[in-house]
Amino acid sequence: MTKAELIEHVSEKVDGLSKKQTEVVINTIFDSIKRALSEGDKIEIRGFGSFKIRNRRQREGRNPKSGEPVRVPAKRVPFFKAGKEMKELVDS
Amino acid sequence: MTKADIVTEVYEKVGLSKKEASEIVEFVLDTIKNTLKSGQTVKLAGFGNFVVRQKGKRKGRNPKTGEEIEITPRKVVTFKPSMVFKGYVGTGNSFPAEKAAPAGVTAEHK
Repeated sequence: MTKAELIEHVSEKVDGLSKKQTEVVINTIFDSIKRALSEGDKIEIRGFGSFKIRNRRQREGRNPKSGEPVRVPAKRVPFFKAGKEMKELVDS
Repeated sequence: MTKADIVTEVYEKVGLSKKEASEIVEFVLDTIKNTLKSGQTVKLAGFGNFVVRQKGKRKGRNPKTGEEIEITPRKVVTFKPSMVFKGYVGTGNSFPAEKAAPAGVTAEHK
């Protein structure tokens, strides 16, 4: 399912909600998650999961083409942990 | 930040009542959950992909007792953030001053 399909589905199922409005709603949901993480905050959505930032240490990598060792700098990456309800639903 | 804060943002942005905003946010999240339940991937451009992965059985250990146990095969949800999302949270030890994705990072990472 893509974002376009998600918008389509939601606007069809919710009475009186236009496609344009649905698009704004869906973009707002995911933009607010992105913004919270970019500000160092974390997000917990009950039944769905939580988004956090994980720190990755600097490490030695290798250029797969030349075999040359390269230094991969430390970085922050977004991390998602599925909530209990989500875990159970998917594994049922 | 919790679901309530997301609902507030949606409510402020779209001309809906708080109750409607709450119901729609809930419905969006439920749609994603049910799609994943069916085993299908959810791809959100600019955000990331939620993928269901099948895990095989493996040996684990009860961290309290040290007892060896078998972890049964299961399905799990993993999230792969898009390049845009990764650009938002920064690459170094400090947060980026600019909240936008770095230049050149526009393509969706598969």
